[in-house]
Amino acid sequence: MAEAFKFELVSPERLLVSEEVQSVVIPGAEGEMTVLANHAPVMTTIKPGVVTVKTVTGADERYVVFGGFADILPSGCTLLAESAVPVASIDREDLARRIQDAREDAADAKDDETKTRAEAFLNQLTTLEAAL
Amino acid sequence: MASLKDLRNRIASVKATQKITKAMQMVAAAKLRRAQEAAEAARPYSQRMGAVLANIAQAVGGGGEAPALMTGTGKDDVHLLVVCTAERGLCGGFNSQIARFARDHARKLIASGKTVKIICVGKKGFDILRRDYASLIIERVDLREAKQVGFVHADAIAKKVIGLFNEGGFDVCTLFYSEFKSVISQVPTAQQIIPAAAVAEGEPESAGSAVYEYEPEPGEILSDLIPRNISVQVFRALLENAAGEMGAKMSAMDNATRNAGDMINKLTMSYNRQRQAQITKELIEIISGAEAL
Repeated sequence: MAEAFKFELVSPERLLVSEEVQSVVIPGAEGEMTVLANHAPVMTTIKPGVVTVKTVTGADERYVVFGGFADILPSGCTLLAESAVPVASIDREDLARRIQDAREDAADAKDDETKTRAEAFLNQLTTLEAAL
Repeated sequence: MASLKDLRNRIASVKATQKITKAMQMVAAAKLRRAQEAAEAARPYSQRMGAVLANIAQAVGGGGEAPALMTGTGKDDVHLLVVCTAERGLCGGFNSQIARFARDHARKLIASGKTVKIICVGKKGFDILRRDYASLIIERVDLREAKQVGFVHADAIAKKVIGLFNEGGFDVCTLFYSEFKSVISQVPTAQQIIPAAAVAEGEPESAGSAVYEYEPEPGEILSDLIPRNISVQVFRALLENAAGEMGAKMSAMDNATRNAGDMINKLTMSYNRQRQAQITKELIEIISGAEAL
């Protein structure tokens, strides 16, 4: 069995997960990454996507996160999500609303930079919707 | 002197008021517990955010890479005050305390020749500040619809503030809210959020902070992290406020209930006295009538 390490998933509203896990898959800004115990210290932004947590018992838990940060240390991993919900209780209407908002943002963008960013965000959201 | 009937009506109405204040106190107590739980649940996030921020700020150093939100515009001319108050009254001096604190601050700034802009969060603060500084209030945020303050509300406020900053609308932003010390004590607090003066607040984790890998670049992460940190600070302020409001309301309503009780006692006393006086008067009338015969 893989070595266990401490994983914490925190959203501004509450602490969702704080337990020993085997591995975590994080939707990093520059691609998905799997974190195992004794990972080199990395700090990365995350994009909207699904975080898969493999607990010590071997069960998979999946959470949807909407952007945030991951702080990875050899001793553990902390994920600061702007908003996080277990996949099972994701609210499709809420997701649709976020997509709608992102679409409006993209349409309203004044300069190219904000437009690209808004469109990238929109893309990530639609990918996420399709994945669920 | 009020008649007996008047007194009876008074007593009945004060009793009704007492029932209402009692009920409001209990509602506030229940809501206070919920607000406290919410504030506690939000704590881990802001703590870790502080630690991460401290780490990364260390990595970036004071170099030119740091975003303007952190270093400021280098000027100190235009101040933005974000004043967070409650939406509802009946909570003692809670709202006026915050508003007075903000007003004093604004007065000082104006006296020293700075320009002041105000954003009001919550209806009560707006009502109070409108009297003196109506022309300075550039925005008011209404949270009346929100049953419980969520991160989305804080985020919306923070986005507004950041947007204004990026347009060059102000140089320094200070957040006014009431820190929840205990049920009976809420302390009005001013916290500067832009430029982020308190970045170094959290202790950097010494373990391995030097060998962090960043993905993407530290500067880029930082420019993403700082706005988020502002949202978190606003959120924390709103939660503290919510808890403080309920605490203040609870003690205000407790006082009101007790006052109503005192009043009922006094009114009952004078009611009984007057009734007795009337009985005595009637007796005298009857007796003196009988004696006259």
